[in-house]
This record gives sequence, structure tokens and C-alpha cells, in this order.
Amino acid sequence: MLASSRPGISPSRLEAPSRRLGEKAIQGLLGACAAISVVTTTAIVISLLGPSLSFFGEVSIADFLFGTEWSPALRPQSFGVLPIVVGTLSVTFWGLLFAVPIGLLSAIYLSEYARPRVRRTLKPLLEVLAGIPTVAIGFFAFSFVTPALQEVWPGFLGDEPNIFNALAAALAIGLLIVPIIASISEDAMSSVPSGLREGAYAMGATRMKVALRVVFPAALSGIVASIVLGVSRAVGETMVVLMAAGATPNLTFNPVESIEAMTAYIAITGTGDIATGTLEYNTIFAVGLVLFVMTLGMNMLSIRLVRKYREVYE
Amino acid sequence: MTSSRKLVVLAAVAVLAVGVAACGDSDDETNGGGDLSGSIRIDGSSTVAPLSEPMGELFNEENPGVNVTVGTSGTGGGFEKFCNGETDISDASRAIEPDEEEACQANGIEFEEIVVANDALSVVVNPDNPVSCLTVEQLGEIYGPKATATSWSDIKGLDAEFSEDLEIFSPGADSGTFDYFTDAINGEEGAQRSKNVNVVGENDNATVTGVSGSPGGIGYFGYSFYNENRDKLKALEVDGGDGCVEPAPETTQAGEYAPLGRQLYIYPSAQALEKPEVLGFVNFYLENVNDVTEQAGFIALTEEQLEESQSKVDALATGGGE
Repeated sequence: MLASSRPGISPSRLEAPSRRLGEKAIQGLLGACAAISVVTTTAIVISLLGPSLSFFGEVSIADFLFGTEWSPALRPQSFGVLPIVVGTLSVTFWGLLFAVPIGLLSAIYLSEYARPRVRRTLKPLLEVLAGIPTVAIGFFAFSFVTPALQEVWPGFLGDEPNIFNALAAALAIGLLIVPIIASISEDAMSSVPSGLREGAYAMGATRMKVALRVVFPAALSGIVASIVLGVSRAVGETMVVLMAAGATPNLTFNPVESIEAMTAYIAITGTGDIATGTLEYNTIFAVGLVLFVMTLGMNMLSIRLVRKYREVYE
Repeated sequence: MTSSRKLVVLAAVAVLAVGVAACGDSDDETNGGGDLSGSIRIDGSSTVAPLSEPMGELFNEENPGVNVTVGTSGTGGGFEKFCNGETDISDASRAIEPDEEEACQANGIEFEEIVVANDALSVVVNPDNPVSCLTVEQLGEIYGPKATATSWSDIKGLDAEFSEDLEIFSPGADSGTFDYFTDAINGEEGAQRSKNVNVVGENDNATVTGVSGSPGGIGYFGYSFYNENRDKLKALEVDGGDGCVEPAPETTQAGEYAPLGRQLYIYPSAQALEKPEVLGFVNFYLENVNDVTEQAGFIALTEEQLEESQSKVDALATGGGE
């Protein structure tokens, strides 16, 4: 209160003239803690770059980025990364198709329709879903979802799902993403000032109209952020795709076929018996670099979108 | 101290003494007398693990002080650890390769290749599949690196009419079984078709489920997995040039089931054999291996193979080591 009533004086001027080393030390310590995350990220990038560069010394970037066959472990070797990129994107796409409608509709229900008591119990329950161990969900997808899908698969959709398929993994990942989308979107929608809502009600709008035409657009930046966060989670998910989607690099968006995601490839190869330093071993780092660039791109996009659509309220 | 308190202390000491005496070495069996102690680290093939694990447990019953741990990092992964000195014994479903041998030599690890069981790498299909025999060439048309067959009717010269779509299952490239099969059928280790193959990794049960669930399914793994799932799968006879031979103990021991008859090994290091518990375990292994193989679903060693394995162990134990 004191500092703001005298605009020219910043809090640091209130310090005693004698240097208090204790304060400086604490300041340094806190600064170092904050710096740790930046340093770690930089270190990860550097550790990815080294072996990746040695990998690209032997395999041309064009072959890597645009090739359509990924078989570094088989002979003859082939290093086109598209099949596993498409594998990741396929699982992410089908997972989002399942999770976004459910997440958004849950958020709308929680913020516009539910009574406060219902909202207070339901929201934490939703967040519990995000806490289920991914290995348990992956095993559940492989042991229950896939056989169930195979049994109820309608003939007009074509072949029934393989024992490993993208759809089971996508549904499981969708289950993990729903809480993220629902929770963050609901937060965004709740923070829309009630003045806007009340104005719309006063004009005679129905609840659905208020939710879709007033609240939803106002909260758009938060909703977009939640979806992008969900996408990041889906792209980085390893255990579920490892256990349910398979290990067959396959350039297809068809959800009933077995595919291999980038994360699963890294997990399988990294824990396998490839000798360090070989070309095959360096593929782990090259794929990791691709994954990192994808996630970085998405995060930057989300920051842009959030800034663009953000509504600032007084 | 009051007399009643003295009584309580005495009683407590007596109970403790009785307890310690009762919990002492009470099972003195025949071999080794149970005074061996230490830990034995084994790692490697997931095909050989169902043999090494029960051996470890049986040995632990007779020698409770010895703790045997069996990992399943795959044949290649096991050798990596073994040549780094991290394990005492390496399980392997294929022979050690030259570059792995070099790594061991570089680290001063001396070892010997001990055959512990025979195995018939079985090619399995759905029980409704009428085909009963495939030649090595036909297997190459299904699994080879240049293979393009998508249906059973694409394979020429089958001994029965069958036109279901091919549903191909394979272990991952880490598997010793994969190495052996690709080497025997496609002529080069690691050479296998990359498209339209369901790679199940180390999860052989997924092959069982997959093949028994699709009419045109085909997969391969060690004999013990086929043996356990005879009700769900059918094993094909393989023609390696001398006629169709089925995977069975008799044909494998006689060397007739070719080229998919193979041996399973353990590789103890000379350094490890200097430890009495490891030497005791390896001798115990060879003494009991033919009893356990039948139970574990493997194929037992012949008399000659057993003698040779035992003499190799003796030679390594006495001659080797620094």
C-alpha cells in the first residue's frame, strides 16, 4: 500500500542502506532454482543435437523427413520417419475426436448448467481420471478395449481391429485428455464475468444460446489453450501407445491397423539391445528431436493463439 | 531388580534363545549342505528364462543363502550386460556373435558356451488352417524382406487350398528368436519384411492371441509356447529340403527338424565360476536340466550333449579365470 501511494519509490529502495548478505543469498538461491528449468531444457536440447547430427551425417535429411519406410532394425535398413510420425498423429487425431467434444460439453455443463454443489463434487472426480497410471490404462486398452472392439465391430466399417490397433490406444489417450480439456475450459468459462451472461439472459437468450454464443467465444483463448495442452499430452504419451497400438511402422490413418508411434519407438529401441554409437542407436535421438520440435511448435502456436483471442476484463 | 522383574527378563532371554535355535539351519539337504551364500545375476533371452527361473528357485530351496535373479533383456541385451561384467551368467537363444565376443574380450571376460536345452522354433497357424507343411522358400515368401504376399492364395505350391488373408506376426528385432528365424529362413539376421507384419515385441502371448483369433494368422516362437497352447494353435511341419518334419522332441534331438531346430545356451563367465555359489548353481543346472526341460515345455538334451556341456563347465572352472 505504501509503495503504490508514492509511485516513484520501488520496494527495493525501502531496504536498509547496509547490504544484507542474507537477502542477496536468498535472492541468488531462488534465481538459481528458477534457472534450473531453463538450464535443463537447454541441456536436453544439446544432448539431442549431438547424436542427431552424427545421424544426419549418414542419412540425408530429405530421406529422413520424406521417406515412407521406417525399418532401422531390419535389413535392409530404411530411415524414412513418416510412418511413425503419422502413427503419432493418427492416434492423436482419433483421440482428440473422442476427447474434445466430451471435454468441451462437460465443461459447458459444469460451468453453465450444474448447480454449485454438483460442480464441487464432479470437477475433482473428473481430475482423478487424469491421475490413473498410464501403464494401467494402456494394459486396459490392450486387454479389454481391443477385444471389445473386435466383438462389436459393425461390418460396414470394414475390417475389424487388429490385436494392436490405433483406435484402442486413441480411446485410452482420449480418456486421459478429457480431464485436461474439461478442467481448463471450465476454468476459462467460469472466469467470464457474469455481467456478460446476465446481459444475454436479460435480452431473452436461452441457456444454450448463452453458453454457445456468449460464454464460449469469450473463453475461447482458454479453450484453445486446453486443446493444445491436450494435443501435447497425446503426442508425448508413451505407455498407452506402447501397449495398445503396436510396434509396426505403418503409414496410415486407418484406426484399425497396427501402427507405431514415435514415443513407442524410442521406448522400445532405447530399452532394447542396440549397441550405443551405432547408426540405429542414433535414430533414437533423431526421432526425439522430431518429437521435441513438434511439441515446441505446438506450444509456441498455443501461446500465439491465446494471446490473439484473449479477452481482457477489468 | 525385584525378583518378579528378574523372572521376566530371564523368561524373555529363554524365549529368544529358543527362537534363535529353532530358526537356525534346519533344512540340510544333500547337495552342498545349504551353506552357500551370495547372489547370482542372470540375464538374457526370454526364451531361456522359463528354464533358468525354476532352476534358480529350486537351487534356492536347497541353498537358502543364495539369491538367484533372472532378467529378460533379450539375448542381445543380456550379452551387453554380460560383457560389461554386470551379470554372472547370460541366457541366450542364439550363439554369441563376433562383435559381442570382441566386447567380452576387451573387458577381460572369459566364458564358455554351455548348451542346456534343444528348442524347435515352431511356426504356428490357426487350427482351422488346412495347410500342414511349408518349405523354407514358402516361409521366405511370407516373411522375406521382399515379400509382398497378402493372402495365403499368393503362396504357390501349398498342400491344401486356402485363401484367407495373411495375418503375419513376428517378435521384435531385439529377440534372439527373431535373429535365429530370419537368419535361417531369409539368410540374413534381421532381414524380414517390414510392411504388413504385426510386431509383438517380447510379448509372445500376443502372437498366441493374434494367431488363434485370425483364420489366416501365422507366427513363430519357441517350442514351449506352442506346447502350452496346443489347444489354440497348430504347428506347421517345415521342409528344409529333406521332407516335411514336425517340431517335436524326437525330431529336434535327432537333428531332423531343420533349419529351425536350435539350441539354447547359458554363458557363465570364468570369473563368476570362481564363486562357489555360481559353480554350484551351474553344476546343479546341468544335473537337473533334463528333468526341468520336460516340465518347462522344452526339449531335453541328448546324453552326448549333456556330457559335453558338463565337461565344458569343468574345463572353464578349473582352467579359466585369473
